[in-house]
Amino acid sequence: MKDVEMKMLERAKALLESGEVARVVAWKKGDFYFDPSPAVFESVEELEKDFVYNWFCGANLSKYLIQIAKKEGKTAVFLKPCDSYSFNQLVKEHRIKRENIYVIAVECLAKLDVEKIKAQGVSSVVDVDIVDKKVTVTDLYGEKTVLNKPDVVLTKCSTCNKTHQIMDEEIVLHEKPARDVDRFAEVVKLENMTEDERFAYWRDQLSKCIRCNACRNVCPACSCVKCVFDNPASGIAAKANDDKFEEQLFHVIRAFHVAGRCTDCGECSRVCPQNIPLHLLNRKFIKDIDGFYGEYQAGETSEGKTPLTSYTEGDIEAKDVFNGEGK
Amino acid sequence: MLKIAKNRLNELYAKIDETMGLFIPIKRAGEVNYAVWKEGKEVSLETLKTVKSPKNAFFPQSENLMKFKKDGNNLEIIDVREKLAEKIDERPFVMFGVKACDYKGIEVLDKVFLADPVDSYYQMRREAMTIVTLACSRPEESCFCNAFGIDATAPTGDVTTWLDNEYLYWQANTEKGEKLTSLVKDLLTEGGESEVATQQEKTKEIMAKLPYATLDLSRFKPENLNELFAAKEWEEMSEACLGCGTCTFVCPTCQCFDIRDFKTNEGVIRFRCWDSCMYSDFTLMAHGNSRTTQMQRFRQRFMHKLVYYPSQNDGLYSCVGCGRCVNKCPQKLNIVKVIKTLGGKDND
Repeated sequence: MKDVEMKMLERAKALLESGEVARVVAWKKGDFYFDPSPAVFESVEELEKDFVYNWFCGANLSKYLIQIAKKEGKTAVFLKPCDSYSFNQLVKEHRIKRENIYVIAVECLAKLDVEKIKAQGVSSVVDVDIVDKKVTVTDLYGEKTVLNKPDVVLTKCSTCNKTHQIMDEEIVLHEKPARDVDRFAEVVKLENMTEDERFAYWRDQLSKCIRCNACRNVCPACSCVKCVFDNPASGIAAKANDDKFEEQLFHVIRAFHVAGRCTDCGECSRVCPQNIPLHLLNRKFIKDIDGFYGEYQAGETSEGKTPLTSYTEGDIEAKDVFNGEGK
Repeated sequence: MLKIAKNRLNELYAKIDETMGLFIPIKRAGEVNYAVWKEGKEVSLETLKTVKSPKNAFFPQSENLMKFKKDGNNLEIIDVREKLAEKIDERPFVMFGVKACDYKGIEVLDKVFLADPVDSYYQMRREAMTIVTLACSRPEESCFCNAFGIDATAPTGDVTTWLDNEYLYWQANTEKGEKLTSLVKDLLTEGGESEVATQQEKTKEIMAKLPYATLDLSRFKPENLNELFAAKEWEEMSEACLGCGTCTFVCPTCQCFDIRDFKTNEGVIRFRCWDSCMYSDFTLMAHGNSRTTQMQRFRQRFMHKLVYYPSQNDGLYSCVGCGRCVNKCPQKLNIVKVIKTLGGKDND
């Protein structure tokens, strides 16, 4: 990863120095190895001081471009494979002007989740070292624990087989191994539950919701300038979490709203402070769309028709969708 | 000092539950939060940080304030406090397992809600609450309560407890604490002083080595208000902020709420719910909004914690170093990064 980071830094500096771009959207160092934040760099000095690309740069930078792309001059951005789908989708929805952005496709061999490391029994993490599939974690007490990388990757990375869909140049130094996993396996598990079991599962999960809106705010498909739930003039503004039923509706309605546009970037589940597996709601829609209209991956292209926004005579009828089993 | 074997804690909970409500860290769907204890619930005292702070128990995220019923030209106003008082009177409650940082957080909230004019809803629950604190023994890298002068090994409260692999040690500090102790006295035996002292010593060694133990807060003083407000660094510090309410809603000291009316078939319910200064409609007034950018909202949150609140409360910061925002911010922005950037020269 260090070699990729060096190459990225070199390119970012060159692009800024030559004046080809006015700014670079990337990640900056945190206090530890595992807490980098998204950042905008406007000078070589800033890059040299804070630029980082490591195993914890899981954040999807695409959505930031909606605002940043409106600024004067061109913006360079580093996009991981999954981020490139979000970017494409935003271009398709005319939320980002493609010509304002210089896309550097950057490799990602899965990113890690510090909460998953802690869930493996390492209560405090001060340093992380990764060699091949082994993650060596040092805790506050000086103890070292060796973990298997696949056990501590972000949920969104654990089923990812995505490849870059759009780029002006790429920085890929290592081959991404194909994952032999079915991303719909968890959805199938839920489909196979009885209605009561499934209701209990989601009630348990969604009862944890604190209505922080992190899932909505991070979601590249949730790109409304003003969400109806934030707008007191809408008559349906809501921030209370007292009604359990309402919480369930909030997440289900949000999943409906992004259906056909959700690229399965998995940011909703990554940011949830209560670790609600929100991506499974979206994945259910993706699976159904695949089944009803033929395989479709949002964000694969930035042009063309989409299953839910184009009509064909052969479209499935509502009566065939609702089979009465509540699945 | 008293003690009870760890494997008998369930009996202790059951005993309290006979006459009092019991809020305690409980695991549900994989996450640990304060919730009402019932037989069969999975208690997790070992969890250092519940996702939400304990404030939910006495300052609920949502609560009804009053109800309005219309009958012809008459409007009946129903004060829900009477029923609330009855309920609380009948069943006061215990908050069990409160860490030193969260306990300090309650002091911060008290100064807001119990100052004149007193918030009667808050006061009712607060007075009915017996707080059993739990000393920390395995702090995490994100902990920095000691930067605010808090001793994680000796929280106060009505009862202080310490937990090791075999026992929970128990010490009553107040009259309320004595009362609770007498309720459960049959389950407690004498002893534990030396075990507690050993644990405290060990924990203190770790506390001194915490990565955030030496944060310099010296610049956060009322006289630096204008200078800090105008600092150019706010732009850069806030640029990745999503404007979500995670930091606010997991925080033990955030106290802002919104009041709204909810129309039902039977009338109107006026309720309040936690609000977040990170939200775009916070401070929205008839004339518009005084804060129009995320940078301004971000700045407000940290200026309030580190400058405005202390300037009105004898220097008491309204951050207690629990580190929840450090762990939970989706983009890894947090108060520590603000303190390091603006707090003082010893952070360099």
